[in-house]
Amino acid sequence: MIEIVVAAFLLLGGFFALIAAIGVLRMPDVLTRMHASTKAGTLGSSLILIGCAIFKADAEITVRVIAIILFLMLTAPIGAHMLGRAAARDEKHRKAD
Amino acid sequence: MTLAEFLTLSKDITLIMVVLSLAVAFIRLARGPSLADRVVALDMMTVSLIAVCGVIAISTGQPALLDVALVLALVGFLATVALARYAERRNEDLKEPSDD
Repeated sequence: MIEIVVAAFLLLGGFFALIAAIGVLRMPDVLTRMHASTKAGTLGSSLILIGCAIFKADAEITVRVIAIILFLMLTAPIGAHMLGRAAARDEKHRKAD
Repeated sequence: MTLAEFLTLSKDITLIMVVLSLAVAFIRLARGPSLADRVVALDMMTVSLIAVCGVIAISTGQPALLDVALVLALVGFLATVALARYAERRNEDLKEPSDD
C-alpha cells in the first residue's frame, strides 16, 4: 500500500519538475520564466523529497527532508525577489537607451 | 505487476523526467539572451539536482545523498543571491559614465 503512495508522490514531483523546466524554456520573458522555476520547481522537488521520507519512515531522514524543504521554501522567494529586481532594472535601463 | 515492480518502474520514470528537466533547463542556460535568464536557468537546474538526489537516495537506499541535497540547496541559494547582486551592480556600472 505504501508503495502506491510513494510512487504517486514521486511521479507527481517528477511531473512538476518537468513542467517547470519546460516553462523556463518556453515562457516569453525573464519574469514569467522566474514564475515557472520558483513555484513549480520548488513544489516538484519538495514532493519527491516527501516521497523519500515516506518510503524510509525513519526519524533521521524525515528531519533532513523537513530541513531541506523548509530551506527551499524559505530561500526561493528571497532569490526570486533579488533576481526579479535585477531583471526589472535591467529592462528599464535598456528601454532608457 | 506487483507493488514492488510498480515502485521500481515509477522510480525509473521519475528519474527520466527529472533528468529531462535538467537538460531542458540547460538549453535555456545556453541560449538565454540576458544574464538574468541564465541565472534563472541555473537556479532551476539546482532545484532539479536536489530532486535527482532524492530519487537516487530512494533507489540506492543511501541516506547520505540527502545531506548532498541539503548542501546543494544552501550553495544554490548563495549562488543565486551573488549572481543577482552582480547583475544589478553591472547595470549601475554601465549607467554611471552616461550620468556624468
